[in-house]
Amino acid sequence: MSITDFLTDLLNPDLAFLPKALAIAVMSSIVCGVVGCYVVLRGMAFIGDAVAHAVFPGIAVAFVLQGSLVLGGAVAGVATALLIAIFSQNRRVKEDSLIGVFLVATFALGIVIISQAPGYAGSLQQFLFGSITGIPDRDLYLVAGAGLLILGLVLALHKEFVAVCLDREMSRSMGLPVFWLDIALYVLVTLAVVISLQTIGNILVLALLITPAAAARLLTDRLGVMMLLAPVIGGASAVVGLYLSWSYDTPVGGTIVLVATAVFLTAWLLAPRHGLLVRRWRRPGGQEPTDDPQPEQRSNPARVGPSPTVG
Amino acid sequence: MRALEIEQLDVDLGGRPVLRDVRLHLDRGELVGLLGPNGAGKTTLLRAVLALIRIRGGRVLVEGKPARPGRSGIGYVPQRHEFNWDFPISVEHVVMSGRTGRMGMLRRPGVDDWRAVGDALDRVQLTGLRRRPVGELSGGQRQRVLVARALALGPSILLLDEPFTGLDMPTQELLGELFTSLAREGRAVLMTTHDLVAAVDSCTRLVLLNRRIIADGRPSDLQDAELWTETFGVSATSPLLKLVRAA
Repeated sequence: MSITDFLTDLLNPDLAFLPKALAIAVMSSIVCGVVGCYVVLRGMAFIGDAVAHAVFPGIAVAFVLQGSLVLGGAVAGVATALLIAIFSQNRRVKEDSLIGVFLVATFALGIVIISQAPGYAGSLQQFLFGSITGIPDRDLYLVAGAGLLILGLVLALHKEFVAVCLDREMSRSMGLPVFWLDIALYVLVTLAVVISLQTIGNILVLALLITPAAAARLLTDRLGVMMLLAPVIGGASAVVGLYLSWSYDTPVGGTIVLVATAVFLTAWLLAPRHGLLVRRWRRPGGQEPTDDPQPEQRSNPARVGPSPTVG
Repeated sequence: MRALEIEQLDVDLGGRPVLRDVRLHLDRGELVGLLGPNGAGKTTLLRAVLALIRIRGGRVLVEGKPARPGRSGIGYVPQRHEFNWDFPISVEHVVMSGRTGRMGMLRRPGVDDWRAVGDALDRVQLTGLRRRPVGELSGGQRQRVLVARALALGPSILLLDEPFTGLDMPTQELLGELFTSLAREGRAVLMTTHDLVAAVDSCTRLVLLNRRIIADGRPSDLQDAELWTETFGVSATSPLLKLVRAA
């Protein structure tokens, strides 16, 4: 299918679900791209995974009760994020084990709940792998509103998130509320996940959070640039992914994720400073270019000779 | 008024006594080395001064007032491995992050903040590298970034946790000179270290700590071998004692 055909379909009133799906996919990819930068830089991908799974029972309950899936998922996800944050204050059980416990437990709960609803197999598939049909108009506004709220909070708390990311101990000594900032970040991750569920699906949503941000990290050493690049990569992957999915009749969530992954792999190979090929080409030995620069200084002839500091 | 007064400090961690009856005073202009073996409670003492842990008894006064996170004029330089060096951020923004608590929520850095950052970078001679990503710095440069971040608050007290660990001799020497001059400019500097030679060389006073203060005095006053064997739990023939005598 050509791009023109795709545009025609987008404008076709009989296919009104298509532009709606595109709007939601792009909005959620942008939000996930921004929030994903913190997730990638703090190495909390596993928490993102846990929250994504935790959202499931909430959706199941909402589905059984015929309520808003986005709202149901958000409540369950935030509750789990809070549980992880609170339980992780106890150092006896490490955070990753805890997440492992909650991750599977909540998903199991979701499966049990949704099995109570008649005709659940079809809707189960929709939750797990995403779908572009059947998105209510209400969700469109909900996603837009939640997206703006998330981006607003990121803007407001960015300085504090960075400080905590850099150095927790120092942040505590500066009097920053580190625990509450962690919770705020978990909640933001949860909301980003929830608004992406509709099109991407529960299983693949983690990719939307991690892959664009990880690709952006490969392309730059500047946080500001990274936080612009990641949503651009995510949004573009959503557009291209939806186009390919519509053209070749492939599942939309999977296609978007594969497009984002292709971007990541390209960045991994070709990134200007950290790319594999560029590094190979620049240094035949394949060494890290960022090794300690001091040995060069010390090999300066002026400093050779018996050092006054020894002995 | 003393910059730092620690009186009869008792600290427990996980129900076990870590520090007992610690008394320590610091004046501006002093560079004090806190020496002790692993597990002696050096870092715990720093964390108590920063009011990051609950103390069981005694008190810590910073400029005459009880220590509180974010309120005291303390610059803290944690061990280098506490910092996330993979983060994509430039030197100047790391130094600016030291002012996050002072700026307050929802505020962006203003002219004063950038001036403080510029001064701190000048002070540690990193101005030329201010836009460099921190991941590309050497160990000594990283240590100076952390010192600059602490200086960005204009503190009267500096707490340095193991600043020399993992650095070679020339780098240690340069840092030692920096700490000495930071103290001479009117700050009270307290640093924990394993590095006896660097400590004896640069500190105006040494404090030997092993759960309690075992000795506190000028390096030349601490010749008694027993103090060192008691602090470090080493035998009388330990090479450590030869080092002490030589220094």
